[in-house]
Formats: sequence, C-alpha cells, structure tokens
Amino acid sequence: MNGPHDLGGQMGFGPVAPEPHEPYFHAEWEKRALGLTLSCGAFGAWTIDESRHARETIPPANYLSASYYEIWIRALEVLLERHGFAGQDEIEAGRMLRAPATPKRVLTADMVAGVLARGGPCDRPVETAPRFAVGDRVRTKNFNPETHTRLPRYARAKAGVIEAVQGSFVFADDNAHGRGENPQWLYTLVFDGTEIWGEGADPTLTVSIDAWESYLERL
Amino acid sequence: MDDHHYDAHDDHHHHHDNRYSDMQARVRALETVLMEKGLVDPAAIDAIVETYETKVGPRNGARVVAKAWSDPDFADWLRRDATAAIASLGFTGRQGEHMRAVFNADETHNLVVCTLCSCYPWSVLGLPPVWYKAPAYRSRAVIDPRGVLAEFGVTLPQTQKIRVWDSTAELRYLVVPQRPSGTEGMSEAELADLVTRDSMIGTGLALAPEAGR
Repeated sequence: MNGPHDLGGQMGFGPVAPEPHEPYFHAEWEKRALGLTLSCGAFGAWTIDESRHARETIPPANYLSASYYEIWIRALEVLLERHGFAGQDEIEAGRMLRAPATPKRVLTADMVAGVLARGGPCDRPVETAPRFAVGDRVRTKNFNPETHTRLPRYARAKAGVIEAVQGSFVFADDNAHGRGENPQWLYTLVFDGTEIWGEGADPTLTVSIDAWESYLERL
Repeated sequence: MDDHHYDAHDDHHHHHDNRYSDMQARVRALETVLMEKGLVDPAAIDAIVETYETKVGPRNGARVVAKAWSDPDFADWLRRDATAAIASLGFTGRQGEHMRAVFNADETHNLVVCTLCSCYPWSVLGLPPVWYKAPAYRSRAVIDPRGVLAEFGVTLPQTQKIRVWDSTAELRYLVVPQRPSGTEGMSEAELADLVTRDSMIGTGLALAPEAGR
C-alpha cells in the first residue's frame, strides 16, 4: 500500500538527529513494548509480514508523529484484536473481560534464549530456476496495491541491473495477507541514482533494493 | 506492576511528555491484560530486554569486522557467505538469519537503510538507534546520502561513489568499514575498539587508532 511508511525520497522531515550515547531505551514502557511485541509474535498467530502491514496501516498523521515503539504497540493492539487475543475494550479497561484465543505457544523466560538465537529464517526452496541472471537488465513493475508490498514507490517502473541472485524467500506481499508463503527468487537490483531521481541526482549514487521475481520484467 | 515502577526509571526529558506518559499507561494496561490471560510471562519480557541490553549489540559486529581486517580467509568467507561466517563467531538469530556483508573501499562507500520500516541486523548490531527508524533518515538516505553523512560529520571525497542498500526483503546488511591506517600490528581486540556502530551502518567511519585507545 502507498502508506506513510514508504518514506524513500520524501522531504521535509529535517535533519537526521543522531543522539550521542543513545540509551537502548528512552523509557521503561519501551522495554515492555519490545518484550510484548516479541512475546506475542511467539503465539504463532501472525507472520512478520502481517505485523509489518499492521504498522503501515496506521493512519499517516499518527504514524509520522509516533516513535517506533509506539508504532509497534499500535500495530500489536490491532493484531491482538484481529486474532482474538485481546480487545480494545480490555486494554481500555486494563483487565481481562473474556477468554482469549489459544496461542500455539506462550513464550516463557526459559524459552527466550533459544527463540532469539533461532530467529525466523524465511528462505524456502522453489521448484523453478531463477528467470534472471547476474547482469540482466530489468525494469520493476508499476503497481499500486492497497495491500502489502515491499517494492517502494521510488523504485517502481525503474530500470536496473541484477547484481545478485540471493536465493528464494517467502513472498511478503502474499504472506502478509494469509495467502501462503509462495516463495520466489529474490534478487539484488541496483539502480543508478539518476534513473530514480532524475535531474540533479548525485551522479556518484547507486541504490539497490532486494526484489522478488514477480516485481520484475526483462528489458 | 504499579506506576512507581515505571516512573522510577523514566528520564526527565520524557517524564513530562504527555505522549510518553500516555504510552506508559497504555503499555502497562496491555501487559496486565495479557498477563491475566496467561499469554505473556513478564519474566520472558525481562529476559528479552536483558538480552538486548547486555548480550546482543554492536560489539558483536565489531568483532566480525576486526576479524575480517585481520584474517583474509575470514574476509573471503564473509564476502561469500556472511551468515555462516558470522555464525562461526556465535552471532546468530533474530533479524540476522540472512546476512550480507558489504565492504567499503576507496572506490565505493556503502550505506544501509530500511526506507519501508526498520530492518536492521540485530544479531550483530543489536537494537537500532531511534534515528535509524525515524522519517528523516529513512526518507533522505536514498536521495541525499551525502547530506545525511554530513550530519554525522562524515565528508567523503567526490571520487568515492556511494552505494545505498535499501533493506526491502529479509537480507540484513553489515557494512565492513575500511581499516584505518596506522593499525598495522594491532590485535583483533584492539581493532574491534575502533569499529563503531555507525561505521557498520555506513553513517560513520572506523576510528583512527589514537581515538580508539
């Protein structure tokens, strides 16, 4: 979707503000937000792609004024309600009002080290050979789905060169909506800065994205 | 958990910020509801926080870079199969499942961003800083990287090209900065002290040896 999250090339946000000696967390609630997000992810009820889509559907004015942990919490509330674990009314009340759906697992302290060390690999085998090879010139498609996509707006309908065939991976655009993992070949596609930004672009700039095969057409 | 527990650790800057206190109440309510339902274990949350406060952070990545500087075979391995090379040092897991290492050189400087969210190589760099997740960096890194670098105090020669890696899928990128001059004969541990977090994102350079000591 063309949401507030798709920020590449937008202007007006001012300078980057690196914070010297930045703490890992700026408030206690940020720690709980991290832990809750990961704990609830362990339910096995939604995928990382669905959770990204929940974040990008936060209304633009809210998204752009929120800290990232706030974005996580707002999205987590949506996911918990959608999957029957907790409702807005319960969060407002601050107590349980009904029994939750049954999660595949509840993350307990003894499981944390193993779960974090395993992570969630999302490479998957595919039956077909890759359509493109290193050095091929391709163009990204132009599309504007209302659903999840990982092809940023700035990189749509742009010509580039395949720099690497990176393996085959879960297709985020489908997986975010429960349409299955439908793995595809993934490529690192590199663009000249001038192809993307046109007149006035930094002539020394190249930008790459990691693009699933169905985003690409041969030139 | 009561209010006092949360307030005690808040810093003064955010203590009076309404949005932060709203979030504090909201997150506390959420945790309470989920605990009552038996869905979350507060001790698991503590363990997650402790992991990223004390175990998984940019010192991991610095060890990878220092080894790559010191050991050409390791550097080759890192180039070919970063996930395995990094795992050989014990750094694996969440948001580091599929690693790629990109090497700075005189010809090209590499810079990593996630314009769409906040993808970041947690296994080697830990949790991302606020600026990495904020709109200013995510919007500008791909269109004005030299302007962004200037805000970090980095000016590259015009002869050095810039390559920006937008982390749009599940590959996570670690920048291997150039080894500073005057570091011949230094041990891996000494070299690792020169490797900053920002130098592994591409918004900084490795420190000169006198600065690291």
